[in-house]
This record gives sequence, structure tokens and C-alpha cells, in this order.
Amino acid sequence: MPEAAVIRKPRVLSRVFSAVRLPVGDPFAVVGLVIYALFIVTALSAPLIAPYDPTEILYTENYDLASDLLPGEEGHVLGTTSLGRDIFSQIVWGARSALLVGLTAAFMVAFIGSIVGLLSGYFGGWVDALLMRLADVAFGIPFLPFVIVISAFSEPSIWNTVIAMALVLWRDTGRVIRSQVLSLRSRGYVEAARVSGSSDLKIILRHITPNILPLSFLYGSIAIGWAILTEASISFLGFGDPDAISWGFMLQDAFNSQALARQAYHWFIPPGLAIILVVSAGFFISRGYENLLFPKLGR
Amino acid sequence: MSDSLIEMTNAQLHYKVGNSISAMMGLPSTVKAVDGVSLTLKRGESVGLLGESGCGKTSMGRVLVRLEQVTGGSARFDGKEIGQMKGAELQAFRSRSQMIFQNPFDAVNPRYSIRRTLEEPLSNAGIKRGEWHDRVIAALELVGLGDPEQFLERFPHQLSGGQLQRVVMARALILEPEFVVADEPVSMLDVSVRAGVLNVFRDVRDRLGLTAIYISHDLALVRYVCERTIVMYLGRIMEDGPTEDIVHAPLHPYTQALVAAVPTPHVDQSHAPLPIGAGAPDPRNPPSGCVFRDRCPLVQDRCASDIPQPRKIGTRLVACHFAGS
Repeated sequence: MPEAAVIRKPRVLSRVFSAVRLPVGDPFAVVGLVIYALFIVTALSAPLIAPYDPTEILYTENYDLASDLLPGEEGHVLGTTSLGRDIFSQIVWGARSALLVGLTAAFMVAFIGSIVGLLSGYFGGWVDALLMRLADVAFGIPFLPFVIVISAFSEPSIWNTVIAMALVLWRDTGRVIRSQVLSLRSRGYVEAARVSGSSDLKIILRHITPNILPLSFLYGSIAIGWAILTEASISFLGFGDPDAISWGFMLQDAFNSQALARQAYHWFIPPGLAIILVVSAGFFISRGYENLLFPKLGR
Repeated sequence: MSDSLIEMTNAQLHYKVGNSISAMMGLPSTVKAVDGVSLTLKRGESVGLLGESGCGKTSMGRVLVRLEQVTGGSARFDGKEIGQMKGAELQAFRSRSQMIFQNPFDAVNPRYSIRRTLEEPLSNAGIKRGEWHDRVIAALELVGLGDPEQFLERFPHQLSGGQLQRVVMARALILEPEFVVADEPVSMLDVSVRAGVLNVFRDVRDRLGLTAIYISHDLALVRYVCERTIVMYLGRIMEDGPTEDIVHAPLHPYTQALVAAVPTPHVDQSHAPLPIGAGAPDPRNPPSGCVFRDRCPLVQDRCASDIPQPRKIGTRLVACHFAGS
């Protein structure tokens, strides 16, 4: 049947979508999704939206340094920093690095955690013992100091945050997915698949993974917020990449320029607000997922 | 080719339970789900495995389709130790031996259409994709689902329990196995559809010449399906023989209690009281000697020390020191 081959692709897609299941029924989650959509669009089209290069030191028409401008002055929507950089452009470009860090870290955390959880829960025995002792070790590592140590041993870069998260934060995802796999493994249809000769790999991929994907996405969406927050903290503490514009970097810049003493609220409120919005949007979405996954929990 | 398909010799399946703390408190660390069971199934023979819940009948079935592996003794399929099969041999075993599960609602993946569910064994057995459709249709017809085309793209939640159990049976039979374990296949179904499913099972078994084990706690169902019955209690075989003999003249005191407990539709007829107590002992801590002795009306001192070995009495094997005397 040639028609079947044509139909097959969208069916796979719709299967993926139905496995991912966006939480559109929950108003908070919808707000979160809208914020995320804005955030992603901003990040993707940063060069189109930002009026200036975020690191460029700007001058006024009189060839004075365009520093310390208040919002609205000289056409700078959110003003400029003490070094004469356009704050709005920095916010826009900061979205890009936040998205980059957030998505890669979330992907790593969800991916590694899911693999660990699947192997551990499905095979049990020494595989389980080994992976869960590793998880115990990861639980014992204090996260922020660990990121700082990694930064100290390598070039300052936003990827340090991603690496540190990948190395440490898979533990929660792994544990939760493991427990889910433990219960799925003894389901009748998994045993039936085994009796009919399905290999372990096939059982894991076709019968178990589709059921843990929403959980992976839940933990992934939590990790996005964590990653952005961590990157901001690291940058604020001064261990970030000085060449990459991020919201944390903007906060640090504001701090170094004594924003509070100079009452330059426009230096730190926009990046702070951006962090809060994106992180809480992530929280709303994961809350929506939780409702979808565990409808009986209630609130 | 030898005459017998299934051979179990002193087979044991002991589960480890508890942890270091319960061990320190002196609690036993194993549950003997199957403890020293020996039996032989001839090709084409079907046996009812009867016993109350927790007696190890399901565990025994799971051993025979290699969902569990014996921890002692041996369980052989067509002369080969089931637990030691590997690679191609195991793959071949998987298509020769199948299981029909108890709960049809749990035994099929809710995300899979009926077609996908039935295609899975075919793909595992390496059957060419071109044959799949015809095989699926044939299997659905075999289990009495008329107009099978209409079921192919449906999902489990769109089917009734009876229909779903037929699908589960179709999946077990689609590879034309020689041996099938049916684990209480009708216990989750409405009484009204049980007979239909049971008849399908009987017909298919006879038509394909299947060797079958029918696990149930219901003597009436076993009698309807199987000519031979094995009665289990706490992991051991109590009585083994032709079903009709067991129904009409049970020898083992436990079997006698089971037969007496079968309800009759005559509600005004008073029921003979059960000669045994109501509850089985903790399987972690079974009685010494004969496991049935603490509920047995015939109990004597000897029962606490000697494990009764199966004795041949007429057509039957009975594991009791005093039965029949």
C-alpha cells in the first residue's frame, strides 16, 4: 500500500506529540507557555530585535560616551550601562544565552537521567546498584561550589554550567524515572512482550520509554529554570564568561557599577525581571505537567 | 522426539525477601513459591493447575515460559533446560511456548493498536512483513473475533474485556506455539462472557493439538477444560490425576476441602461445612513436614516430621501419609 507509507510519517509525529503532551488545560501552564514562546522567539531573532551590539560602547551625537542614560533617553528604550552599552540589546542577547544554556542543560539532564533511570530500573542487579551509588555521590556534591570548581579548572564559559549540570543534576531525574520503570517493568504487557520474544532493547524502547517521556519532559522543564538561574549566579559571582552577554553578567555589571548606590534601578531590574519571568514560566509549565502526569494528587 | 514436552524434576523457585534487619530478627529470608515440584506433561496433554491464591501455581507457569527461572531442580522444555537457553535457541523457545495472561486490560499496551499488538510476536520471530496482515487476520478469526478487519486499528480501551482477552489469546497463538500457559484467563471477565472465551480456548487447543497448562482456583473451570488436574498447596503438589476422578472421589484432604467448597446454584441447600480452617499459613514460614498439616483433619504426629512423598493410589499421585487408607 503506497498510501500507508505516506501516512506513516505524520502518525509518528502525532505519536511523539501525544507522548510529550503539552499541558494546555492549566491556565498557569498556558501563561508559562506564552512566556516561553516570547522568550524563544526573542532569543532566536535577537539580531533582528536588538538595535545595537550588546557589547558595543556607544556614543551620543555629540561624541560623548553614552553612559548612564536613563530609559528613553537618546532612543535607548531601557537606557545604557555605565560603560555605555544598550541595556535593551543586552536583555535581548541575554535571552539567547539563557536559552542556549537552559535548553542544552535541560536536554543533558533529562537525557542522562532518563538513560540512567531506564537502565537502573529495567536491569536491576549490579547495574542498578552501581548507578544508584553514583547517584548518591551526585546527591552529595554541593552544586554551586562544584560549578565554581569546574570554572576554576577551565576557561570561563557558559558551558561550564551546562557541564556541571550534566554531571550532577541527572540524579533527581534518574531516581524518579527508575522508580517509574520499576513499576512499568512488571506490567502485564511488558511481560507479554518478553514472552513473545521481544529483546530487552525493544521492550525498553517501545513499551517503557513512551511511558516515561512525559516525566523526562517534566524534569527537563524544571532543569531549564535551574540552568538559567545557575548561569546567572555563576556570572553574578564573577566566574562567568566576560565576553558572553547574559542576564547574570548584566547583574554583575550593575553590581560592580554600584547600581544601588547610584539608584540606577534600570540596570538590574530588567535582567532580574527577565530571569524571574523565564524561571517561573518554567515552574508553571512543569506544574502543568505534574497535573497531567499525576492527576490524582490534586492541590 | 520424546513423548513428553514438559518435565519438571524437583523444581524450586525461592524468592529472597526481607532485608538485613528482618534477617537479624530471625525472620525467614525466602518464600518458597515452588518447592520440589516434579511433573511431566505429554505432548498434546492439557493440565489444570488448581490451588488457592499464593500456592505457587502462577509461579510455576511463569517458570515454564521463562518469566522466572528455577532456583533449584530442573524445568525442561522438549528436553532442554529452560533457564539455560540462549540466543537462537531461546528465540525459538519464545515462539514455541506462550502465555495467556490473567488481566487482559493490563496485558496489552494501551498505546498500541490491536494490529501493532499482534504484529509484535511476528516481527520478533522474523516473519516477513508481507505475511503479517494475513497472519493477524487469521489469528483474530481463530479466537472467534468475527469481521477481524474492524478491530485492527482499534485501541485496547475501545474493546470489551472478553474481546480483549481474545486478542491476548490471539497474540499467544499467532506464532502457532506448541505449549501455552493460560493463567486464569477468565477470572477478570464477566461471568456472561466466560463460557465464550473458555470454549474458544478449548477449541483452539484441540484444533492445534496444544500442550496446555490451565491455571485456576476454580475447580469447575478446570473440570470444563482439562482432563488432568494437579492440585497445589504452598508450593507443593498435593494430588495429581484425572480430573473426573478427583472431582468425584478426592483423596487428599485438601482436595476434599476444595471439592466441598465449590458453590452450587441451589441456595436453599445447606452446604457441608469446610473440613479445614479458613486461612493458609504465612508462606514465609510454612509448617515443617507436610505443609498442609496445620489445617488437616487427618493430622498425626508423623506429619510434622516427614514430608509426604507422592504415592500412587489408583490413577492418581497423592502426597499424604494417610489418604486413601
